[in-house]
Amino acid sequence: MRGKTLIATGAAGLVALGVGVIAFTSFSGGGAENCATASVGADIGGPFELVNAAGETVTDADVITAPSLVYFGYTYCPDVCPMDAARNAQALDILAERGVEAQGVFISVDPERDTPEVVGDYAAAFGDDIVGLTGSEDQIRAASRAYRTFYSLPEDRSDPYYTVDHSTFTYLVMPETGFATYFNRDTTPEEMADTVACFAGS
Amino acid sequence: MITRTDCAFLAVFLLAAPVSAQQFTAGDITVDQPYAFETAPMARAGGGFLTVVNEGDAPDRLIGVRSELPRTEIHLSSMQDGIARMERVDALDIPAGETVELAPGGYHVMFLGLDGNAFEAGEEIDATLVFETAGEVDVTFTVRARDGMGDGHGSMEDHGEMGEHGAEGMSHDMAPAE
Repeated sequence: MRGKTLIATGAAGLVALGVGVIAFTSFSGGGAENCATASVGADIGGPFELVNAAGETVTDADVITAPSLVYFGYTYCPDVCPMDAARNAQALDILAERGVEAQGVFISVDPERDTPEVVGDYAAAFGDDIVGLTGSEDQIRAASRAYRTFYSLPEDRSDPYYTVDHSTFTYLVMPETGFATYFNRDTTPEEMADTVACFAGS
Repeated sequence: MITRTDCAFLAVFLLAAPVSAQQFTAGDITVDQPYAFETAPMARAGGGFLTVVNEGDAPDRLIGVRSELPRTEIHLSSMQDGIARMERVDALDIPAGETVELAPGGYHVMFLGLDGNAFEAGEEIDATLVFETAGEVDVTFTVRARDGMGDGHGSMEDHGEMGEHGAEGMSHDMAPAE
């Protein structure tokens, strides 16, 4: 068994996410308090500083300019990450059809291999409404901590194709109010779009 | 009564040609519908999926995969408490009389080292699956469009059962930007 450096960021928060129950309420109301939310046992989100595809340092204020579906993954991941990224892209397509402004944010947890160019290319492959972000190890660790995500890079990264364990939640983050709710892998694009539209007040 | 000679003839016949464009057979093992998903242009890795049917009375094992890429492996994705893990496995059991699926989110073939040669919808990737008993099975993975990729022009119609159809539906999306 390969040695792993565990980068657990807020284990208690993660457990709360893992067992969180999505409680759907009426969509008929106008306010965000009536939108479907997932129960979360801790504060999620907040400031981050990362690097965009152009190699520029950006903050959450620069990036979260529209309702955002935020996902932490890595581009060498050929199975789970593209499934989730594609699901999020489909939700964005549905929202675009409905005239609801929204975007995706893909944050790499694998800074050594995911250069700004690589993560930008990856995000663009799923749509021009998806922002790819990477950063230094410290920047990524801080962003991951803020969102209470989990990732684990192998200690020995001499194999160019090492894999990274990582949590697979997608977070809905609003420009003014920050974290709104999260989605797990079972959420369909339609459900996701409905929830985003609800929070966006559309 | 099937004689040994009949068996030999049968084996030669089965090895001679794929049963269909999407089906590949050796001995008691049939590999059905191998496919991979299109990747991002700079992707280094791609996943391949297929169904293995063991029509024999004895168990077999998938013990290796080869392709022209630098490395081709069998991997298992698993999910626990929302955390995705992926690991290489040495072999995959194919029990007697059973069907084993290599499907997204579980077992899959890992094509490693794409390195600038991304999988594009409609493309075909030749590979050889190595079974402990049935031996080698040459297969062709058809690259399918992935819904949600290609800037939102993908649709459910793009990835039907037949990879060819997906290729047609997706070709305009994957064309290089002018």
